[in-house]
Amino acid sequence: MLKNYFKIAIAVLRRRKFFTFISLFGISFTLTILLVLTSFLDKIVGDSYPDHKRDRSLYVSRMSEIRKDNGINSGPLSFYFFDHYARSLKTPVKIGITNGANNTNTYVNNKKITVNYKYTNADYWDIMEYDFVEGKAFTKQQIDRGDKVTVISEDIKKEYFGDVPSVVGKYFEADNIKYRVIGVVKNVPVTSYMTYSDIYLPYTVAKSDFTKDKGYSGVFFGILLANSKADVPRMQAEFQSMIQRLPMERKEFIKIACHASPYIVSYVDTGDDNRSGVTMVLTAVGIFVLLVMLLPALNLVNINITRIMERSSEIGVRKAFGASSNTLVYQFIVENIILTLLGGVIGVVLSFIAIGVINSAHLIPNLVLSINFTVLFIGLLICFFFGLLSGVYPAWRMSKLNVVTALKAQ
Amino acid sequence: MIRLQNIEKVYRTDTIETLALNSINLDVARGEFLSIMGPSGCGKSTLLNIIGLLDLPSKGAISISDQKTDHLSDKQLAQFRNKKLGFIFQSYHLINDLQVLDNVELPLLYRNTTAKERKMLATEALEKVGLANRIKHFPTQLSGGQRQRVAIARAIVGRPEIILADEPTGNLDSAMGNEIMDILISLNRNEGTTIVMVTHDENMAHKTHRLVRLFDGSQVQ
Ligand SMILES: Nc1ncnc2c1ncn2[C@@H]1O[C@H](COP(=O)(O)OP(=O)(O)OP(=O)(O)O)[C@@H](O)[C@H]1O
Ligand SMILES: [Mg+2]
Repeated sequence: MLKNYFKIAIAVLRRRKFFTFISLFGISFTLTILLVLTSFLDKIVGDSYPDHKRDRSLYVSRMSEIRKDNGINSGPLSFYFFDHYARSLKTPVKIGITNGANNTNTYVNNKKITVNYKYTNADYWDIMEYDFVEGKAFTKQQIDRGDKVTVISEDIKKEYFGDVPSVVGKYFEADNIKYRVIGVVKNVPVTSYMTYSDIYLPYTVAKSDFTKDKGYSGVFFGILLANSKADVPRMQAEFQSMIQRLPMERKEFIKIACHASPYIVSYVDTGDDNRSGVTMVLTAVGIFVLLVMLLPALNLVNINITRIMERSSEIGVRKAFGASSNTLVYQFIVENIILTLLGGVIGVVLSFIAIGVINSAHLIPNLVLSINFTVLFIGLLICFFFGLLSGVYPAWRMSKLNVVTALKAQ
Repeated sequence: MIRLQNIEKVYRTDTIETLALNSINLDVARGEFLSIMGPSGCGKSTLLNIIGLLDLPSKGAISISDQKTDHLSDKQLAQFRNKKLGFIFQSYHLINDLQVLDNVELPLLYRNTTAKERKMLATEALEKVGLANRIKHFPTQLSGGQRQRVAIARAIVGRPEIILADEPTGNLDSAMGNEIMDILISLNRNEGTTIVMVTHDENMAHKTHRLVRLFDGSQVQ
């Protein structure tokens, strides 16, 4: 029976080349977009270099102070907050402190280049596992002494020094200050906003003394490292109770919200307890996927309905010779699923090609995409589901056709 | 075999009511070859469709092989048609996307049969209509007469007791029409199949056992 459905489905598809093309195109294209998009997302939240200890780290990216009037002061935190309050916790073995990269201009042979720089403490280098092409990270002593040293990325090394084998010991000038290069690291994709930068500097060399400001808000975020994965929940609880005990900075504040969260949660943190970033992102992605998939599905429904008249003779004949309405519904749904799954398979092939092209064209620096097989599986499942959905209504309409009318049309 | 009692069929559209059939009483005996004639629009096809359980009468009762049919569900009707009835249409109604063999196998799809059985029975039926050498063709690659023979093969493949043919020779020239007629006659003679045929052709009608004439929805002879 299924083989016969397959036969007629393929025959219909071959006869209606344009219709088939449009449907297959819609389905495949949608799936391709979805797969390429998720492989981007995957890279953004999934690629861990140099942050390989994510499973035992918690990230603190912002604090929100809620005022009496329900307004919110929200933003990154001060160095003091991490160095003083977070440092008082017992579970974290390391507390990496860094800010988001800022940029400045520098000149090489009268050519202007833009340089991203960020400050870090010493723990940062113990938590992050950068691949050093040469040299090493700055030490706590160097930081405490306020040594003007820097770790730079491979890309900026090439741009600033050119194709030279070694640059350790040379000087890198930014903002009229000369920093001695002590290490060169492999590039981090810009999507890893906590770890990406062109040059890394000790926080003590900044023009403004970050340690002075004893308020909570500032420009830093922190990474708390636990001894083991098992310690993470305890670390989170400890951090939370510390936050609860934090004195309010000003009278008009009634509440402080600040979380040490796993990487993905912190990546989409809104800083507002009532609007979880994760749910928002998931809802947004969900709605997007649904909308994107709905269009080809509606198109299919539409095309399927117009096919009714075209195939009315077949419907009439099948009914006259013993097909019940249910049997016909079943047949048309199976046909439709065959079509959508075919589109799905083409979509998967297209995705592989598209990702291959994106990777080989180096569209985005330091980013190598790969297909997420869970998404691939879910994509095919969605295809199947929409095949079912877009087939049911037209199939039902078809099956309800009166035999005599069906046979008369033509 | 077939018994129609007081069959009436009214078509209602928004504006008009057409009385397509008016108190038809008809008995067709087992093994009978009956033809129906009448001017265009007199209700021949309507009558045949009602006998074939493709359409419901507005009034009256039909029984086929001593079985009342008015209470059957969609599924039961489908099964009933599948087992008892075979249809032949003026415009063949073959499925152009399918090869001749698959077209002929179609009624068997809705029964418990294996692919092998289906192939065997369909080939047998095609042999009976002299088309065993065309099984891989598509309907569009055949002449009108050949197509109608495929349609006959499809109608007989499930060995139904009754064949209903609506102007089976209507689209064919007289030579091909006679060929089709000969197949039907031998089917009726050799296999005892009951046949009800609508026709416009007096010559064809006179080759059958009995002729029923309709005029304006009523039986006149
Ligand atoms: N679906 C319908 N809706 C309304 N009226 C219909 C419908 N089908 C048939 N009729 C009417 O019923 C009458 C009988 O139609 P039918 O098709 O049975 O005629 P016929 O005898 O088969 O004619 P022909 O020889 O042209 O095939 C006609 O007047 C026709 O207009
Ligand atoms: Mg007619």
